[in-house]
Amino acid sequence: MSTNEWPLWEVFIRSKQGLNHKHVGSLRAPDAEMALQNARDVYTRRSEGISIWVVQSALITASDPADSEAYFEPSDSKVYRHPTFYDLPDGIEHM
Amino acid sequence: METQTQDKLAEKFQAKIDADIKIEPNDWMPDTYRKTLIRQISQHAHSEIVGMLPEGNWITRAPSLRRKAVLLAKVQDEAGHGLYLYSATETLGVSREDTIDDLHSGKVKYSSIFNYPTLTWADIGAIGWLVDGAAIMNQVALCRTSYGPYARAMVKICKEESFHQRQGYEIMTTLMNGTEAQREMAQDAMNRFWWPALMMFGPSDAESKHTEQSMRWRIKRHTNDELRQSFVDASVPQAELIGLKIPDPNLVWNEARGHYDFGAIDWEEFWQVVGGNGPCNKERIEARVKAKEEGEWVREAAMAYAKKHKS
Repeated sequence: MSTNEWPLWEVFIRSKQGLNHKHVGSLRAPDAEMALQNARDVYTRRSEGISIWVVQSALITASDPADSEAYFEPSDSKVYRHPTFYDLPDGIEHM
Repeated sequence: METQTQDKLAEKFQAKIDADIKIEPNDWMPDTYRKTLIRQISQHAHSEIVGMLPEGNWITRAPSLRRKAVLLAKVQDEAGHGLYLYSATETLGVSREDTIDDLHSGKVKYSSIFNYPTLTWADIGAIGWLVDGAAIMNQVALCRTSYGPYARAMVKICKEESFHQRQGYEIMTTLMNGTEAQREMAQDAMNRFWWPALMMFGPSDAESKHTEQSMRWRIKRHTNDELRQSFVDASVPQAELIGLKIPDPNLVWNEARGHYDFGAIDWEEFWQVVGGNGPCNKERIEARVKAKEEGEWVREAAMAYAKKHKS
């Protein structure tokens, strides 16, 4: 029976117009259409959303948390990308 | 060499826990942490699913359309909560099918409260007020649990459950404002559900074999006895307000402690029910197995349809 188990889907919901879709959880469904319907029933019983995306979990490629230190180091080490790195002369309040 | 790496990883893991950094599915975790979570989250999921049975028993006999709509919504929520929690269990690397089979074989338990029958409509009130009340007490604490997917499921569940307890208390309040027979019915439900509700928090701290390690891993944030005390303290005034008596002759406010003292729990009953000898254990598992077996052709047909229409 296990070979016949429904695939796993990740569910993303846009809570209102103007905001991104955000991951809310996962569920099992035989196909995309039923995944959408199940997502509506499971994740939006209280007006949580106006739009749903579902994507098969197996199709997601993720970075490896074990490597995250090295992987994200380039952004941590470049403090000059942040405005607070720069000195402004007195008299300039907003820039 | 190998053990050295393991020790280092374990050390780093505990440091993360101590710093209140959540653990996420693909992060390294000790095997026992994983196993503890699989046991606890799947047990929790099963409780949501089996918990639908005693309440479902009254949907067709709810006394008004309003009560029926409310009960349907509540039971549907419990199904949803079971699904959030099965998903959270799966993030730990076990299959949903195996998880469900472990319930059916009796390998994994569910909350023993659902092995008690719902004999009258007042039981639906008592369950919402006391059983969901006890569950919420436990679940609010779990919103800060160390495993990310479990904590997130808990936040969502707690938000949704707040109406569950209120609807139960409303049923009890309505009955207590009713006829003599209705008040008796409410008190009878209270008498039957009070002690099992206290048992929901699990064995006393001295007897609980998992508590110490689970506290260190911040899977649990409060001990069983702490949560039980909070529940008693919260529930007694609610009972008194509507004229329900707590079925415990030893219940008394302890000024020095700032808490209610309460009588000894019948742990023999608890272990009997956990061990499978409660009034409804057999019936509950049979209902779940039947649902799985009789739904199998539907699941297979849906899968066959999906395969056929995959271009």
